Amino acid sequence: MKEYSLYLGCLIPNRYPGIEKATKLVLDRLGIKWSELKEASCCPAPGVFRSFDQNTWLTLAARNIILCEEKNTDLLTICNGCFSTLVDANNILKNNGDLRVQVNDHLKKIGKEFRGTIQVRHIIEFLDKEIGAKMIDEMIEKPLELKVALHYGCHLLKPTKERKLGGAEFPKFFDGLVEATGALSIPYEGKNSCCGAGGGVRSAMLETSLKMTEFKLERIKKAGADCIVEACPFCHLQYDSGQVELAKAGKIFDVPVVHYSQLLGLALGYSFEDVGLHLNATRNPGFESKIALLQKKDASIK
Amino acid sequence: MKNSDILTCFQCGACTGSCPSGKYTSLNVRRIIKDSLKKDISDHPDLWMCTTCYNCQERCPRGIKVTDAILSLRAEAARKGHILPAHRVVCKFLIETGHAVPIDQINMTKRENIGLLETETVRKYPKALKDVRKLLELTGFNGLIQE
Repeated sequence: MKEYSLYLGCLIPNRYPGIEKATKLVLDRLGIKWSELKEASCCPAPGVFRSFDQNTWLTLAARNIILCEEKNTDLLTICNGCFSTLVDANNILKNNGDLRVQVNDHLKKIGKEFRGTIQVRHIIEFLDKEIGAKMIDEMIEKPLELKVALHYGCHLLKPTKERKLGGAEFPKFFDGLVEATGALSIPYEGKNSCCGAGGGVRSAMLETSLKMTEFKLERIKKAGADCIVEACPFCHLQYDSGQVELAKAGKIFDVPVVHYSQLLGLALGYSFEDVGLHLNATRNPGFESKIALLQKKDASIK
Repeated sequence: MKNSDILTCFQCGACTGSCPSGKYTSLNVRRIIKDSLKKDISDHPDLWMCTTCYNCQERCPRGIKVTDAILSLRAEAARKGHILPAHRVVCKFLIETGHAVPIDQINMTKRENIGLLETETVRKYPKALKDVRKLLELTGFNGLIQE
């Protein structure tokens, strides 16, 4: 298998380092050759920067992509926002000669050039296509008998014409990866609805963004989920920190939030602390003892 | 508004009906599209209530790139100086640190506690940060977000 450059972005190293640690553990265990991308900046985030100025957004994204081109590796991201920016920018610059000339004109001044030689991958579609749910299922040491409310996150799937990962109304591939860990991906109303964070809404209008989060959490709670699973640190932040913010208004949900790297880490036998879940703002002791029990139960069978 | 495909909009409202933000806010995507054809809506606060979830774009029966149209309208608004204070702060973080969300002491400690080394990003490489800043200068971004 070829080598991949792990691109971490901002939120994972700077707000949820547990996701970074879990991802690194999991990639090693799966035998994926990777190295961390050095000198990378913000992707830059699609909400604010793509809104403000396409040229700036494309130029900075191109610089991050070029760092991978220089290493001759594909880029692997574990964030839907970074994926959105980097995969879109990569495609735009590969296909639009005029924009490419404009962007390269800026990049030339720092001694760089976009050549369009690499692919941008998101860990979920990457695991689905390159490893497969069946293989993951076979590697699992601690099947996690959990009821999971899966949240795909908007930018993993949409715009579907660009992503080419199938439809966005009834997607399946991520559910398959969740179920490979032994968990059950349960149906719930509004499953494909937005967490509320994107587009610069969280940063500028927190209360508005939390109304969308509350809509989701109410339905996730009603469906009886043990936890939320996503593959985006911004969705993770919105659900995890969002619950602390909602609690201030007396709205208590206590639903643990787990990035897929962390879920997979638990299923591969790493502890709650190993995968950094103790760093979440929303803690649920019942969930934590359930995980401990599931991991112990399986060990005693062996 | 240069996005000519929005001229084919027949105002069915699938966009508005699919909008998670519009459930709770005054954001009415159908109206934004309609109004943008007739007048300058750069100062319209609703433009910033969109989470860019792309539901409207996915479900538009005309295949109009609705979310992309909102992004273009936002860019036009930003060029005219309509930038929310919180967004200006995020932009300044990018210029100063190369990150929209820079590291802080709490998270430095979290990293140390789980055995992670310093991040390998622009934070660690001054020359790389200098390059990022130069690009932001060259594209005119610094000027764009000046108050």
